[in-house]
Amino acid sequence: MKTMCRPLLGATMVLGLSTALPSLAQADELTLCWAAWDPANALVELSKDFTAQSGTQMKFEFVPWPNFADRILNELNSGGKLCDLLIGDSQWIGGSAENGYYVKLNDFFDKEGIKMSDFAEAAVNAYSTWPKGTPNYWALPAMGDANAWFYRKDWFNKPEIQAEFKAATGRDLAPPTTWDELLETAKFFNGKEIDGKKVYGAAIFTERASEGITMGATQALYPYGFKYENTPGKYDMDGAVNSEGAVKGLEAYKELYKCCTPPGYTDAYMGETLDAFKSGQAAMAMNWFAFFPGLAKDENVGGDRIGFFVNPKEATAASTLGGQGISVVANTDNMDGALAYIKWFAQPEVQKKWWQLGGYAVHNAVLNDPSFKDSQPFAADFLVAMNQVQDFWQEPSYAILLQAAQKRFHDYVVADQGTAKEALDGLVKDWTEIFEDEGKL
Amino acid sequence: MINSDTTILEKEPERAAASTPVSLVRRIGGLSDRAIAWLFITPTIALLLAINIFPLIWAVRLSFTNYRANRPNAVLETVGLQNYQRVLTDSDIWIAMQTTAHFVFWTILLQTLIGFSLAYLIDRKFRGHAFWTTVILIPMMLSPAVVGNFWRFLYQPQIGLFNYIVSYITGVPPSSFEMLGSVSLAPWSIIIVDTWMWTPYVMLICLAGLRSIPDYIYEAAEVDRASAWRQFWSITIPMALPFIMLAVLFRGIENFKMFDMVMLLTGGGPGSTTEVASITLKREAFESWRTGRASAFAIILFVAVFGLANIYVNALNRVKQR
Repeated sequence: MKTMCRPLLGATMVLGLSTALPSLAQADELTLCWAAWDPANALVELSKDFTAQSGTQMKFEFVPWPNFADRILNELNSGGKLCDLLIGDSQWIGGSAENGYYVKLNDFFDKEGIKMSDFAEAAVNAYSTWPKGTPNYWALPAMGDANAWFYRKDWFNKPEIQAEFKAATGRDLAPPTTWDELLETAKFFNGKEIDGKKVYGAAIFTERASEGITMGATQALYPYGFKYENTPGKYDMDGAVNSEGAVKGLEAYKELYKCCTPPGYTDAYMGETLDAFKSGQAAMAMNWFAFFPGLAKDENVGGDRIGFFVNPKEATAASTLGGQGISVVANTDNMDGALAYIKWFAQPEVQKKWWQLGGYAVHNAVLNDPSFKDSQPFAADFLVAMNQVQDFWQEPSYAILLQAAQKRFHDYVVADQGTAKEALDGLVKDWTEIFEDEGKL
Repeated sequence: MINSDTTILEKEPERAAASTPVSLVRRIGGLSDRAIAWLFITPTIALLLAINIFPLIWAVRLSFTNYRANRPNAVLETVGLQNYQRVLTDSDIWIAMQTTAHFVFWTILLQTLIGFSLAYLIDRKFRGHAFWTTVILIPMMLSPAVVGNFWRFLYQPQIGLFNYIVSYITGVPPSSFEMLGSVSLAPWSIIIVDTWMWTPYVMLICLAGLRSIPDYIYEAAEVDRASAWRQFWSITIPMALPFIMLAVLFRGIENFKMFDMVMLLTGGGPGSTTEVASITLKREAFESWRTGRASAFAIILFVAVFGLANIYVNALNRVKQR
């Protein structure tokens, strides 16, 4: 009997330990969810310092952008426990706050002495607050971003091209500062043969499925005077969304698409515009600042061959907001660990290293540093852009609002259906119906 | 030799019985045949109820509510027939249904014509026909995801082989037209891919039909000095018709719910030009999160397909009885 008991006891202990060990490991582990892109790799590097200091192992769940919203919002909706920390899109904050998916961080910030005034005001407003502009914080600004432009500086600097441009337009060839200039420059380059290759004016966002064309078209709409509401918070959209300026802005975006994009770019987003530029097809391209560190270092088009410019103004100066805040998922089993990561991430030294690695810190210690503007060729533009950003609706129903915009913009810009006025009138109708369903109208 | 084999076969059940544990034999032995049958099919029925019937009933229930999957904590309200009314009066949904009908019609027409023609040729049993049959079947053996991505490259205006072939034949520059980006060409680009992929499937069914026609019927027709044309219209087509109709039924149901190919090739674009019903449904359910309305749309689609399929199966049965 004794001989039988010993192996049984041993087996029971092994079994007990083997079931206990994973939970011990889990307590010292955090999973951070984000999109799979260049800055995510920088965050992996940065987080090694957190692991070294705290002993907490970091796991990462990076989802490609086209599936990011679907995948993560499904996770949140289903009460999943995949993510302890989430760097979620700015538009998700309303829904995530109202549905209790994010932890409200006010008390934690007060306790740990984390001040939102240490971060850029526009970033705090966009990435952290709900309702917008109120001191109710659901995230710490993690990654400032905006839609901007880059161009082939080497082509712009060619004397023969400069002379030809001057003869054609009467002005010097330079990065556009207005949308009229942008169109003119794109038309000038479109179809031109440079270095033995036919090139095109500009690569822009036209993607239909997720958010691409909306993020691209608003880059034209905002400068021309598009507003979501006549009175903020009143949802009175008629006359704002479909204003005369907004109509002109949408027409300008379509004109740019029709005249000057490379063939086949009917469903293009971040990856495609980068491809068009890197393959030497496009003279100019739009994309998020997040990609600029990689572009600046690119072997073929980086270095002296690339230049950057902030979104051209028209009636006003404006850029489409990107970027995200980092939130603690309410469903986490490791709340203390997740909050410890936020506390660590908010430190000025960590924020400085974040910027050095390729992340877009929006901490004032980084942005107000006198050397910041010269730290990267696009740093000065980033500061300008972050002071003029406008974001899409951040309402809980943002996904439906976005789908309506995607459809109306793609139908008009790419599929040639109707006029800009009809597209924007239709958008007012769609959005009105959505807000009526929400009980907000 | 035959005798010894027979003896072995006769002894097999006895051996199996001998090797079965006595307790199991006794336990099963106490059950009727009917009970044993139920014992075996119960897990399957339970599985079917869990993964087919329950979700269907649940979807019917949700279709009468304002439920949104992204707001599980919101108060669930019964909205009566409002979701059905909104779906049926939504012009975008009717456009998606027209787009679907357009795809279904053209893909079935082309696949049936080409599939039957190929089957007719293969049935001639020319030299190497087995090899060519295998070659023709390759597209339908590929994954739709592979086919979708593969054709996206072929249709690429600047480097795509398709555009170059068209350019070679017609003389128009290859980058002067966009199969996936043009409103007029995008629907046809999907029809071409679906036809390329699934014509072999129709061919296979038609070939089975042609091979099932007994040779003696043709021999009798030869004796009666019927022309080849007359034999084709009076023997081949009527006798292969149930098989052709079966292929049309299978492809019709498949193409009515076409999703993967359209999603991979155009994503429903440009604009909403190729947005078929299944993509509208997906957007409604998983992008707009109007789960109640999406459920109503799904039920409407289900009833439509189920009803049409039933009418068609009745017609098929009538043809078979002739």
